[in-house]
Amino acid sequence: MTSPRREVAGFTGASRLTSGGSASRGDRVFSVLVTLAAACVPLLLIAIFILLLLDALPAVQRYGLGFLASSDWDPVAEKFGAAAYIYGTVVTSVLAVLIAGPIGVACAVYVAEYAPKWLAEPVSFLITLLAAIPSIIYGLWGFRILAPIMRAAVEPFLKNTLGNVPAVGALFSGPTVGRDYLVAGVILAIMILPTITAVSREILRAVPNTQREGMLALGATRWETIQRAVLPYARSGIAGAVILGLARALGETMAVTMVIGNSSTQIRPSLFTPGYTLASAIANQFTEADKEIYFSAVVEIALVLLLVAGVMNVVARLLVWGVRGPLGSATRAG
Amino acid sequence: MAGLAPSVAAPFTRSSPHVRRRQLVDALATGIMTLCAAAAVLVLLLILIFVTLNGLPALNLAFFIERPLPQGEAGGGVAPAILGTIEMLAVAAIIGVPIGMSTAIYLTEYGRGPFARLVSFLIDLIAGLPSIVIGVFVWAWLVRHVVGHYNGFAGGVALAIIMIPIVTRTVEETLRLVPDPLREASLGLGIARWKTILKIVLPTARAGIITGVVLSIARAGGETAPLLLTALGNQFFSVDLLQPVAALPVQIYNYARSPYEDWQVKAWGAALILIMLIGSLSLLSRWAATRRLGK
Repeated sequence: MTSPRREVAGFTGASRLTSGGSASRGDRVFSVLVTLAAACVPLLLIAIFILLLLDALPAVQRYGLGFLASSDWDPVAEKFGAAAYIYGTVVTSVLAVLIAGPIGVACAVYVAEYAPKWLAEPVSFLITLLAAIPSIIYGLWGFRILAPIMRAAVEPFLKNTLGNVPAVGALFSGPTVGRDYLVAGVILAIMILPTITAVSREILRAVPNTQREGMLALGATRWETIQRAVLPYARSGIAGAVILGLARALGETMAVTMVIGNSSTQIRPSLFTPGYTLASAIANQFTEADKEIYFSAVVEIALVLLLVAGVMNVVARLLVWGVRGPLGSATRAG
Repeated sequence: MAGLAPSVAAPFTRSSPHVRRRQLVDALATGIMTLCAAAAVLVLLLILIFVTLNGLPALNLAFFIERPLPQGEAGGGVAPAILGTIEMLAVAAIIGVPIGMSTAIYLTEYGRGPFARLVSFLIDLIAGLPSIVIGVFVWAWLVRHVVGHYNGFAGGVALAIIMIPIVTRTVEETLRLVPDPLREASLGLGIARWKTILKIVLPTARAGIITGVVLSIARAGGETAPLLLTALGNQFFSVDLLQPVAALPVQIYNYARSPYEDWQVKAWGAALILIMLIGSLSLLSRWAATRRLGK
């Protein structure tokens, strides 16, 4: 929470003493202006929510919960069910977190605990640079470079090895096309890695050194120190970092749209299925939404995304705040 | 912490298998962490290298000053997209920077109590909104309900919403660095509070404010999804904000999806321009930041 510093309270008092007639009028005008601008922020959020809700209302009323449960998306027959999109979003985001979570936290541990100072700064700068690359460039790279590699080498390999294992085999079956959930998950993993690393690093830096010193003094190795004294202390904050990454993956649009195939609305277990996510469905269909109910259905997808991303952000930030106070620019990863 | 203490176990090493196993695990963990960091940096380098290598062949003078030509005609460029991006970023900055800066001033100089905490929390929430949701909001509001067709102004508004939290957070951090004795000295001379903020606090924080604004422009400049839903893109030179306006990221998207070899090369070229644009803006903001420290 941004508790203003104690000195600022003195600042107010001083101002009250010195301000004369015209000055105090200027003060009043200025403070009203600034407060109004700050009020824009809650108003904006409320406006986004209300407008999306109103425009989604026809679809909400007509399809009810069926919108979330049915995977039948047929604009011509005016049937709209987003279950396949929700499934695609969940699969790709979870995949991204499974890949980027461990690697991202490991990067943060390396930067905060292992790397010598001359190396820690540049490495951490380069990883934040990853966050500054626009998602369309990830999309282009994923579409032209990563997808062909996945199709030609990685997916056949997974199919031939894990594909034969009972139970998980279903995840790696079917034709390997290189435009599917798996490729989308990998590109998302690359995109959320800097978010997870940057926030985890801040969390690790907030762990008091006495935690480390105590453990090292007992004769623990450095890894034992990290594993038993540092990571447990930072646990909830790191969970917050991973959830922030997940929230980013859920709403990511352009890169996913370019590699996920955008073709099937059937729910199949295989990761090699070309599908949609909620975000990519919007990006692909908004131009066609001429009928009022179609428009409303597209807006309802956005509303679902807004609610899910909102809840995840609140949870993540509460977890992170618990460890190190409000986030600064470290989380500005996108 | 790095350099805090080398593994303290080392001096007490006895060659008991237990200690050796622990040291082995330690070495293994170090290796894995280092490998992960190296992999992340490698991915970044791979992306930059591929964009540069594939994009360079597309770059020539015509690419920067001509409009896109229909498929089949050689040549042409992405000038309308560059212009459109600059135009919409300008609109976004005109709307977003004053709101973001005022919010930051409110939070540092005035804000306390529940309302300030709420604003601070919601700023983070807006920063965490998927950009496509902001796109759909502006699309439904300005494109569908108000103007009736795709337009550049809506694109600017969408980018402004993306910029606000970035400007607010970076400016807020800078304002908190301004030492309080400066404020107290000014007030002690009988200068009104608003004049103190405008004439003492903001000028002191100037470099940091520039950093925040430039950074937010760099971030907004790469946004694609909200522009796709609002400004749509345009193959012709058009600066009319009430008509569809071209933008670099959207141009990349349209070129990349096409089956034509020539257009795909152009997609890489446009991507290289976009990266250079954003990269130079980021460097500029870093330079402004270090100048502040150097003073």
